[in-house]
Amino acid sequence: MSISVTNISKSYKSVQALQNISFDVKEGELFGLIGPDGAGKTTLFRILTTLLIANEGNATVAGYDVISEYKKIRKSVGYMPGKFSLYQDLTVEENLNFFATIFGTTINENYDLIKDIYVQIEPFKDRRAGKLSGGMKQKLALCCALIHKPKVLFLDEPTTGVDPVSRQEFWDMLKRLQQKGITILVSTPYMDEAGLCDRIALIQNGEILEIDTPDEIVKHYPKPIYNVRANNMYQLIKSLNAYKHKHSVYPFGEFVHYTDKRLDFNQRELTHYLESENLGEISISKTKPTIEDTFMELAK
Amino acid sequence: MSNENVIQVNGLTKMFGDFTAVNAITFDVKKGEIFGFLGANGAGKTTAMKMLIGISKPTYGNAKVAGFDVFTNAEDIKKNIGYMSQKFALYDDLTVKENITFFGGIYGLSRSKIKEKSNALIADLGLENVANQLVGSLPLGWKQKISFSVALLHDPKIVFLDEPTGGVDPITRRQFWEMIYKAAHQGTTVFVTTHYMDEAEYCDRVSIMVDGKIEALDTPKKLKEQFKAANMNDVFLKLARG
Repeated sequence: MSISVTNISKSYKSVQALQNISFDVKEGELFGLIGPDGAGKTTLFRILTTLLIANEGNATVAGYDVISEYKKIRKSVGYMPGKFSLYQDLTVEENLNFFATIFGTTINENYDLIKDIYVQIEPFKDRRAGKLSGGMKQKLALCCALIHKPKVLFLDEPTTGVDPVSRQEFWDMLKRLQQKGITILVSTPYMDEAGLCDRIALIQNGEILEIDTPDEIVKHYPKPIYNVRANNMYQLIKSLNAYKHKHSVYPFGEFVHYTDKRLDFNQRELTHYLESENLGEISISKTKPTIEDTFMELAK
Repeated sequence: MSNENVIQVNGLTKMFGDFTAVNAITFDVKKGEIFGFLGANGAGKTTAMKMLIGISKPTYGNAKVAGFDVFTNAEDIKKNIGYMSQKFALYDDLTVKENITFFGGIYGLSRSKIKEKSNALIADLGLENVANQLVGSLPLGWKQKISFSVALLHDPKIVFLDEPTGGVDPITRRQFWEMIYKAAHQGTTVFVTTHYMDEAEYCDRVSIMVDGKIEALDTPKKLKEQFKAANMNDVFLKLARG
């Protein structure tokens, strides 16, 4: 196992940040921690990167214990925190050189690993990091986290606030790094990115709701789910929420995802009800649940 | 949604030195419309939005927001719009009530009006138990809902939302959108930027900016047809990647 977490708990004063967390990440796996702000993702990252000590439980990273062998872990992992933490007043090249030196290596030694990413920011190598755009900062931070050829890479919300194009490019980069044998633990609040991981843990309020492959997690969704559409979204949500047989009602793009309390859901009855609520152009069709549906059902 | 235009933008341009951040954008937004303003990081969204809310002077072109000209009546615009962003929302070291009172005062509401609005807001969001707690101690999702309600305190004609839902859990994110629908239903125009492409689908119309220009503007349904895309994410990728 590349990462092994057993019964980890952590609290700050009155706040229980993590509660009895256990999971393993296999060597070479791309593992996602999926959950909103405040779920405990950053606390978990800080424990695994030896920057914080858990109250209970134990964990190993790259085979080393997070407490007794913390120095070895620090040499074997790369960590990209959620908040940009490079030196803003050093240039791109100076930052990269600095991190290489700290880890006793040089840019040239592991250039192969970062080449794909670095060439995209190389034209700006003399620019100060603080003056880079968000996308370029993110690429530089990733290069700095990789420069000592870590066995395990920790990425805390690397795509938060990033537009869909840059997000997709970032995930393409992660896939290529994975092929080079690096184990990756990545966190994200974007549920649509969950499908890009080998396995994911859904996390909320310091607890893991479920761990599995994205496909399996979706299969566990307990109910048939329907796409409902009508001519007035606001009224549709209101009416569905007031419907006595509803189990859940969540807007999803142009549709509302609806589940029914009963086992024998009657589509025609719902159509009649919505018509009586003065809605028109009503359509109801069965659809497949997504990771986000599953998350909301588990978090309910 | 009515046919009255509350935002009219014509050839609006902003240059920084010889760099054109916003390049002659033209569009209208109707009363009660939910208008999605999308674009990649660096496409010029924030610069455009700053001009519309009266805090940045355009280089060329003209725009009327809530009936006021962005060149000559920027102060009137500020009084007639609400603004909320994820980066700046509420004061963490003031209580919920103090924040409401503070912003009510800023918007020039009378004391009795502030009291009335404050009570209604607290009841609406079910905040009775935390009304006297510091905002900093509340979960992010609550803060964002309060922040949105505060932006509507002075019954603005338009509310500008700059990535309002980043990082929020999916259930809260949907509750937030239900609040947006409600505001629009009551006639408030909602101008919103987001990186969640499913949220783009919740908008009545969506514009997509690429390198300072509006490259597409239509209902989500028509955009998907136009770009032969299954969803707004595909539309966005096709446009922004060129």
